[in-house]
Amino acid sequence: MSQPGPSAITRLIELMAKLPGLGPRSARRAVLTLVKRRERLLVPLAQAMADLAESVSLCSVCGNADVTDPCAICADPKRSKKAICVVQDVADLWALERAAVFAGQYHVLGGVLSPLDGVGPDDLGLPRLVARAHSEEVQEVILALGATVDGQTTAHYVAAELAEAGVRITTLAQGVPVGGELDFLDDGTILAALTARKDV
Amino acid sequence: MTRRTAVLDLTLSHFRSWKRGRIDTGGAPVALHGPNGAGKTNVLEAVSLLAPGRGLRRAPAPEMARKPDEIGWRVAAVVSTPSGEIEIDTRFTPGDSGRGVQIDGKTATQTALGGHVRTVWLTPAMDRLWTEAASDRRRFLDRMVLGFDAHHGDTSIAYEKAMRQRNRLLSEPPWDQNWLDSLEAQLARLGARIARGRAEALAALREAQDTAETSFPRADLAIAGDFAPEIDLDEPDMAETGLAVDLARALAEGRPRDAAAGRTLTGPHRSDLSAIYAAKAMPAAACSTGEQKALLISLCLANARALAGRTGAAPVLLFDEVAAHLDAARRAALYAEIAALGAQAWMTGTGPELFDALGADALRLAVTEEGGVSSLDPT
Repeated sequence: MSQPGPSAITRLIELMAKLPGLGPRSARRAVLTLVKRRERLLVPLAQAMADLAESVSLCSVCGNADVTDPCAICADPKRSKKAICVVQDVADLWALERAAVFAGQYHVLGGVLSPLDGVGPDDLGLPRLVARAHSEEVQEVILALGATVDGQTTAHYVAAELAEAGVRITTLAQGVPVGGELDFLDDGTILAALTARKDV
Repeated sequence: MTRRTAVLDLTLSHFRSWKRGRIDTGGAPVALHGPNGAGKTNVLEAVSLLAPGRGLRRAPAPEMARKPDEIGWRVAAVVSTPSGEIEIDTRFTPGDSGRGVQIDGKTATQTALGGHVRTVWLTPAMDRLWTEAASDRRRFLDRMVLGFDAHHGDTSIAYEKAMRQRNRLLSEPPWDQNWLDSLEAQLARLGARIARGRAEALAALREAQDTAETSFPRADLAIAGDFAPEIDLDEPDMAETGLAVDLARALAEGRPRDAAAGRTLTGPHRSDLSAIYAAKAMPAAACSTGEQKALLISLCLANARALAGRTGAAPVLLFDEVAAHLDAARRAALYAEIAALGAQAWMTGTGPELFDALGADALRLAVTEEGGVSSLDPT
């Protein structure tokens, strides 16, 4: 099928199709919607994206994406400085913030160790994390990384790097999700939950 | 309620030589007969895809598409399991990275399939198993383990990935010791789990052989090769933890050697499966072709009995061209043992006479091929 319309539309479709969750077909639909709703959607969206492109940066303290540096989380005086939660990506930080269950600091690695992908310790901002962990205020570092080989390798590596910092190092528990029924869980999750059982 | 797994209804669409095919078994054993190249084994391959993995030919999904159309393929089945009937739909569409799976209309993982359907197969390609490379025997063993532990495949994939990561890291000096330690800790943890799974599966097979009356020879099985750890199955958790510690240490000590070799030289990927023909105390590789075949049949039946005992459901048996290698008495004994097991068997052979001794309830189907398209008729 030939690409519709003039080149600016084609260009936008090509760019939109590069976004996660969008393919060429859904990108065409999204762009067509923007064109049809020019004043209410296309113009404000273009302005919002221009504003964001102008101001967004990664926080020099934690690696979060924000329009201020330090980011709003690092600059918030109400948040505890006692615990740092280490996450792989900004999306993980946002997930924890949505849950509104953690009021400490974050450290975004921006990836996980992977020799095959060429991602090494220097790419993860670890010296910054080690320096932060040595701060007198910090008492605990929580490793909230994925239960994959690369995630667990990274957690192991980070824990070793922090060994001299004199802080408590913890990882997230794995097991039965809230509201979950055992009957619907896979064997691996049940095993993890059973292994991490606790006294009532 | 039935205590076995049986394919009640199978539909093939654009799958290898089958443009369209449907077999309504009602749960009965199925005997497919016809000339070479008619498409009999393709049906068995389709059934093997109702369980996790790449099927009995280990073919990539695109390769299973009917040619020259190559519009993708679909295998759908209604399967009777101890927990009730389920509908399985697995298909491949060109452009997809692999085959997709739906169970009762909902998207599912291949690992989830393993919780419902277990298959045990024997094909002519396995005839030289005991004399070919150790990797073939590991695969044979791992497929048996997969029946007991549906996560064994995921663990093996994660192990392979961790090993590739380590090999890459070793190829790029100077080494970051902490990074290698971290990677090897994961590799050792996964390797120990694989080794435990294999040890437990072998123990189950031994027990199934010890407790069964069978006309087929007993095989004494053991883990052999460069990595053959002793695992105390009375304390399996402790044994697995201890093995992980030992393996991590061995990996750390082996870094210079592995870097020079360009690959990891210790771990469960270096294990082998050894079999001794018990009655003659003879290694399987030294046995006659017929004896080796009999040993394989014996192991498949023991595997099926062990799975039935462990999971409460006899697996689906896929025996490709097995009957032709047995004399009439042995064939009758095989059919009797399958019937005693309560398993649904799908078997192929060139002529209908090979299945004379099969029970009267068996579905006998003649498979023919014309113009590259397979079809079948009840006989």
